[in-house]
Amino acid sequence: MEAAGPAAGEVGRMTTTPQIPTPPPTSAHAKALSYAGHALPWVIAIAFFFVAEGYRSFGTQMMIWMLFALSLDLALGYAGIVTLGHAVFFGVGAYAAGIFAIHVSHDPILGHLFAIAVSALLGLVTGAMILHTTGVTFLMLTLAIVSIVFEVANQARGLTGGDDGLQGMKIDPLFGVFEFNLFGHTAYLYSLAVLFAWFLITWRIVLSPFGRSLDGIRQSPRRMRAIGTPVWWRLVAVYTISGAMAGSAGALSAHATRFVGLSVLSLLTSGIVTVMLILGGTRRLYGGFLGAVVYFVVQDWTAKISPYFWEFIVGAMLIATVLFLEGGLMDLGPIGRRLFARLRRRPPDSA
Amino acid sequence: MLAFALTILLDGISYGMILFLISVGLTITMGLMRVVNLAHGSFAMLGGYIAGYLTQNGYDFYFSLAVAAAVPGVLGCLCEVTIYRPIYRKGELAQVLLTIGLVFVVTAAVTEIFGAFPYPVKFPEYLSTPVDIGFRTYPGYRLFLIAIGTAIAAVLWVVIEVSVYGARLRAAVDNANMARAVGMNVNVLFTFTFVVGCALAGLGGAIGAGILSPEPTYALKYVVLFLVVVIVGGEGSFQGSFVAAMALGIIDTLGKYFAAGAAPYLLYAAVFVLLLWKPQGLLPAKSAA
Repeated sequence: MEAAGPAAGEVGRMTTTPQIPTPPPTSAHAKALSYAGHALPWVIAIAFFFVAEGYRSFGTQMMIWMLFALSLDLALGYAGIVTLGHAVFFGVGAYAAGIFAIHVSHDPILGHLFAIAVSALLGLVTGAMILHTTGVTFLMLTLAIVSIVFEVANQARGLTGGDDGLQGMKIDPLFGVFEFNLFGHTAYLYSLAVLFAWFLITWRIVLSPFGRSLDGIRQSPRRMRAIGTPVWWRLVAVYTISGAMAGSAGALSAHATRFVGLSVLSLLTSGIVTVMLILGGTRRLYGGFLGAVVYFVVQDWTAKISPYFWEFIVGAMLIATVLFLEGGLMDLGPIGRRLFARLRRRPPDSA
Repeated sequence: MLAFALTILLDGISYGMILFLISVGLTITMGLMRVVNLAHGSFAMLGGYIAGYLTQNGYDFYFSLAVAAAVPGVLGCLCEVTIYRPIYRKGELAQVLLTIGLVFVVTAAVTEIFGAFPYPVKFPEYLSTPVDIGFRTYPGYRLFLIAIGTAIAAVLWVVIEVSVYGARLRAAVDNANMARAVGMNVNVLFTFTFVVGCALAGLGGAIGAGILSPEPTYALKYVVLFLVVVIVGGEGSFQGSFVAAMALGIIDTLGKYFAAGAAPYLLYAAVFVLLLWKPQGLLPAKSAA
């Protein structure tokens, strides 16, 4: 916790119910366990590549949504920005990557960087405009933005293909060597690498003084303002980063499927990514990962029973999570441990 | 020219009436109970489907309307007691999530039961024939919308301004704790009001089915529109909702006549600018001011 800046310390002293940080693992045994825990998702992801050959594109989709959920975690989980318009970054990133591939260059890296830049710019501009509002007004503004972009994409058929979707993009091999082929080797490993890079960035951010100040802003913007934190700027900054990350996920999606549908800009897209994050658990970094896996597996299983059943189950799971399991599935571990040990009191909820 | 302007006005008002009928319940939930209720559109959708099913099976139109209002009302009562009450005190994130979950559940159930296609309501013969209104003939259905919308708005206005129930409701909007302190059962008031809101949504969904046709994506597709009415009008403000619904209806109709391509995003752009300019909405309720 040395990384915590003076701001976070101030908050700890000022709040009446300070959030008890998890004590850092002390014993060698606990440390080893912690490292193993951090390595586990990545080991699984690599193992999946070799074991489940037929499911590689399924796995690629999963990782793309994990990245999207991670970006939402940064904005919604850590900074407490309750948005319903996060699909706009995913969609704009996807369209930017697709349009770039058709009209400018087939290079995937360039296209990806372009998509990140465009969605970051969108995050900066819209964030600067709307982040001084809160609550329902903010929610409505995010909905208005995603609706505007949806309609623009719908109308600009020449550029986006309208409701037929954006088709016909050609992608050069990655680094001029690895082709995006039917078997999905490249797309899978490329997505994994991008996800890992963004994960490291997010990890670094949330442990930095900047990240700790976001934590404070989520708990009490007024107090943070009182101790001199430039609340609005911090929020705009994290919104921009989060937008860039979501745009990166969109670009991956466009490159992996070589198609962008208009539905990426719908309320459903925002809804699904929120479901993943909440199911898994916010502010856990891995919460969105777990949520995305559960979501895709449930969707795959239940879609076999009836094409609409998955929506029913996902909705029911979301309701149950909100009512009974505020910390999401990632909370099940600690809850179980507490049930056995009853050592610590439940950390006060910060909702 | 005048006839043309009047036509646009009538089109706009009839569309606005639908928006008002469906959204007025949401005004109550969001303004009085401070619940961000994204599931409100599902109740309207349910009303539309029920009316569609009954009229297609030969039941009387008005009987169908009554059922289309009653079932969402009863369901709203169940939902309020079981899943809404625990989240009143939680933040808006929990409310958004829970009500999105409810939208998913209702959408899936409706698709499973009624199929994935639009489910039209069969309106009676005399509503589908044009009526002579002096300067031109005009669809009877739209006139019916305007008549019923005006009637319900008038009744609501009288109830809220004159009756004891209305006085209690306004008191609870202003200060729920004080209302409790002087002995009102705010919980029952909330439940009852929630039920009325859901029933009105069901009714609005049923009679508005000629314009907003019941289909599986209804709940997610139009909820933004209903939210716009409530937020633009000012949370908890009935007059505000009415004005916002009419304005929205007329702007949308104008857009369809004069700028067919740009209409949708012009509407949202207008909402965006308005909310930046007046975050509390056009006519905020007194408690919000």
